[in-house]
Amino acid sequence: MADAENNSRIATKELTLNMGPQHPATHGVLRLVLDLDGEVITKCTPYVGYLHRGVEKLAENRSYMQILPLTDRLDYISAMSNNLGYCIAVEKLFGIKVPERTEYIRTIVGEMSRIANHLLWLATHALDIGAMTVFLYCFREREAILDLFERLCGARLTVTYPRIGGLKNDVDAKWLQDVYEFTNEFPMRVEQYETLINKNRIWLRRTKGIGVISAEEAINWGMSGPTLRGSGVPYDVRKIEKYGVYDKVKWEVCTGKNGDIYDRYRVRMDEFLQSNSIIRQCIDQIPEGPIMADAPKFTLPAKDKVLSDMEHLIHHFVLITKGPQTAPEGELYVSTEVPKGELGFHFVSDGEGKPYRMRVRSPSFVHVSALPKLCEGEMIADLIGNIGSIDIVLGECDR
Amino acid sequence: MEPLEIVDRIKDKFFSEVVDVKEFRDQVSVSVKREKLLEICRYLHDDPDIHMDYLADLLGVDYPDNKFRFEVVYNLFSMKYEHRILIKALLPEDDPVVESVVSVWNGANWHEREACDMYGIVFNNHPDLRRILMPEDWEGYPLRKDYPLKGPEREYKGFEEVKELHTHDDEWMITD
Repeated sequence: MADAENNSRIATKELTLNMGPQHPATHGVLRLVLDLDGEVITKCTPYVGYLHRGVEKLAENRSYMQILPLTDRLDYISAMSNNLGYCIAVEKLFGIKVPERTEYIRTIVGEMSRIANHLLWLATHALDIGAMTVFLYCFREREAILDLFERLCGARLTVTYPRIGGLKNDVDAKWLQDVYEFTNEFPMRVEQYETLINKNRIWLRRTKGIGVISAEEAINWGMSGPTLRGSGVPYDVRKIEKYGVYDKVKWEVCTGKNGDIYDRYRVRMDEFLQSNSIIRQCIDQIPEGPIMADAPKFTLPAKDKVLSDMEHLIHHFVLITKGPQTAPEGELYVSTEVPKGELGFHFVSDGEGKPYRMRVRSPSFVHVSALPKLCEGEMIADLIGNIGSIDIVLGECDR
Repeated sequence: MEPLEIVDRIKDKFFSEVVDVKEFRDQVSVSVKREKLLEICRYLHDDPDIHMDYLADLLGVDYPDNKFRFEVVYNLFSMKYEHRILIKALLPEDDPVVESVVSVWNGANWHEREACDMYGIVFNNHPDLRRILMPEDWEGYPLRKDYPLKGPEREYKGFEEVKELHTHDDEWMITD
């Protein structure tokens, strides 16, 4: 009784706390200004733009081929998916259809990139919340995928493997077999991660019922990907837009129910197995055939011809420096499902070799904008879990 | 619903507002006058047959030679019916102002801030219209077509505080 009286006499006031831009748990250079009432966040204001490189402005001054390496640097955790998203968008703009073998290989590498991305997400998210061991286990498998990427195209992180109208090079049987062996083992690894955290009481207390967003609100905020599916909305661009071979393999859209941090975690854990299964089916079905589309006005000629033949060398040079001279005029939006959500490219083409306007609709940008909605009214300690659960990367957010 | 049917619905209700309809690779874009944009958006969001509950994207485009220099493109998608339509608001150069749609879709908030940051388009009744990607004291609008790709050559002066620190460098130098 006496304590209560004493407490009521203590003067309280709100505290403004600055978090970031250099903070290990913000997954990049995100700065948050938090107004605190005790330990409860009353207002959260994100500041972004520390990694703004003007990709959209650059793209207006580069040919279509020259923009491709810029897309690696958007979401550098899953560069392969970004490359694919860009190539698919440009192909739709040009009206190119890629060969079937290419579609299969693209689906395989796209799903490998999804697994690598979710592994890094799980590692850092668990580390933020306090589970150190998961981090080391996840990086072991991620390393295996990056090694496979390195064998495929020579780069581990910024791969630039797809090309407009095809791929840089074909895959060999040995590589496919090694990917298959990886997928044999991987479901068992996912089980291992789950034994580490699924019954961990600290993990459950810190994720269940926290950062809740309802399905209507999540849609209204423009969320996408696993963050939206955690709220129970079965929205997956892979099912809606026709790209890759997602209509030829069996897989399900994973959804949660409650829209809290735990459900978003569950969705991504289930996606591990779905991606794994997609890769296996693709390797089983993959046909032989060419890898570049038959559209010489838009696609780069084969490298051996460029090195031995004058005409092809000139053609290659013109395509790279000036871009295709017969690009159609028009405006369109093409989206793909990258690991973090819906990545959209909006092109306005005026028929020149470079886009008149290229807009990157990045999932992280939208998700950071919804962060105040998730964390206002909750404890400051849960902010870290919330940031982890929306899976952002600031390179993509700031562009 | 097919996108062209949605266009017919819009024309039924807002006939005098629709300026132009374009189709490219199965995607339909409708240019509208800016005055009733918010009403059109609210109608598309609320109508049970159209039900555009998801604002996929919002962007500005600059056409310096056009009568209406700026366009704001609203990329609307329906989760329920899986149809998409692009709505374009046309804005003149001397008065690039349009009503904000944050009251319809919360997700428009940062997209509108970005369009304001990059093109100088003003969104009326926006809850928090500030620069977002560029520094707050930045001058000019980078994505306008007349904005140069490369800025003037300036010598980097550095932060005063850092220079202050370096003035004492020689005191720490080790001399034999």
